[in-house]
Amino acid sequence: MSDVSLTVNGRRVTGTVEDRTLLVHYLREHLGLTGTHVGCDTSQCGACVVHVDGKAVKSCTMLAAQASGSTVVTIEGLANGAELHPMQAAFKENHGLQCGFCTPGMIMAAVDMVNRHPEGLDEATVRAELEGNICRCTGYHNIVKAILAASQVMLKGTAQVAA
Amino acid sequence: MYSVNYHRASSLADAASLAKKGEARYLSGGMTLIPAMKVRLAAPSDVIDLSHIAELKGVSVSGNSVRIGAGTTHAEVAGNAALKAICPAICSLAAHIGDPHVRHMGTLGGSIANNDPAADYPAAMLALNATIVTDRREIPAEDFFTGLFETALDEGEIVTAVTFQAPSKSGYSKFPNPASRYAMAGVFVAQDQDGVRVAVTGAGENGVFRSPEIEAALASNFDASALQGVTVPSDGLMSDLHASAAYRANLVVVMAKRAVGAANG
Ligand SMILES: Cc1cc2nc3c(=O)[nH]c(=O)nc-3n(C[C@H](O)[C@H](O)[C@H](O)COP(=O)(O)OP(=O)(O)OC[C@H]3O[C@@H](n4cnc5c(N)ncnc54)[C@H](O)[C@@H]3O)c2cc1C
Ligand code: FES
Ligand code: FES
Repeated sequence: MSDVSLTVNGRRVTGTVEDRTLLVHYLREHLGLTGTHVGCDTSQCGACVVHVDGKAVKSCTMLAAQASGSTVVTIEGLANGAELHPMQAAFKENHGLQCGFCTPGMIMAAVDMVNRHPEGLDEATVRAELEGNICRCTGYHNIVKAILAASQVMLKGTAQVAA
Repeated sequence: MYSVNYHRASSLADAASLAKKGEARYLSGGMTLIPAMKVRLAAPSDVIDLSHIAELKGVSVSGNSVRIGAGTTHAEVAGNAALKAICPAICSLAAHIGDPHVRHMGTLGGSIANNDPAADYPAAMLALNATIVTDRREIPAEDFFTGLFETALDEGEIVTAVTFQAPSKSGYSKFPNPASRYAMAGVFVAQDQDGVRVAVTGAGENGVFRSPEIEAALASNFDASALQGVTVPSDGLMSDLHASAAYRANLVVVMAKRAVGAANG
């Protein structure tokens, strides 16, 4: 067993976990943050993407113990009260989801993508950067549209950019 | 995943002593080890996390000499401006490993210690004539990659860095498997005053190898046109559900042409 201590969505959390506990299971089962999903066993689908110390990572491929000491942001940490994050709003506006299973990972990956491209995004870059996120419903077109739309809003600085 | 004990090493000496426990394995980015543990292909009793050891991190460039710490992530290599200025091929290679999330965690040291026959970095190490530095010695890349998932590393030995001289020109091109993004064939070419070195990943039954046919063709004329009509033998190449050995032999030459094209900018 390991003692872990993290900051998750701005809240300090501590606990004792089995060393084999994956970060995604810690978030979902210990902290009740079930917005982060598990879509595969092979580290390929990206449904589990969260930000650890400001970087998008697959929380199904990291032990909770590895993340101890880090700052984590999940899909639950993006909105500002009732006001959606611009990326969430853009997915809603552009019909960037159907069943919604991939959406939390898509949105966390998309926010990270915008943060890493302060020069702005084009469609080809968005498509290439979505390599690690699989959607079985939408065919990606509206996801790409949503990310491009949100990047305009985020880069204008009209909204706060998540960690 | 089976039960495991997690340890966070604070220094190389600490890691080496922790590794004496049971069936311990080092854990760097975890992008290979954790998926393997999840499907129970790997079942270490202990994992020793190397990612908090400062001396394993970072890229340093001085003139043409390059040193990349084993714990440097693919994203850090891809984005290093000093490295890009003298050896853009290795940055572009790193930028095309897996996906952005994998590149945020996965490290050069983990990739070469694992020596997956379809991994990208082994081709760069061999073509760049790199030296693999460990906590015990220095190993030429030529002697480091010894077979499928096999390296010259001894029990408990830790890769600390790789060093190489940036060549005058280099290029990398891979044909990624459309599902996994691992190379079905990937070719790294490097040219400097000592000649041309060409290394192939993704295709060999025994992992990464140098191609004498392509090196000979490029030695007198470092141009994609020099590879017109050149063939590489399909003996010793992999045949699997993705591609036959003959298909891979052809792909190697196609990737070599693109790599030379990239090197010549
Ligand atoms: C979805 C996905 C796609 C991928 N696509 C690609 C791809 O296109 N190309 C590619 O090349 N790779 C790919 N990878 C693999 C990725 O590059 C890994 O990051 C890399 O192979 C292993 O590095 P790591 O730091 O994650 O190592 P880990 O998984 O932590 O370790 C791998 C092995 O190396 C050992 N090890 C780690 N560090 C050291 C050290 N310093 N000294 C000695 N032994 C050590 C460990 O004990 C373990 O046996 C992909 C992975 C995933 C999950
Ligand atoms: S659940 Fe993490 S990549 Fe699929
Ligand atoms: S909306 Fe259903 S998987 Fe993407």
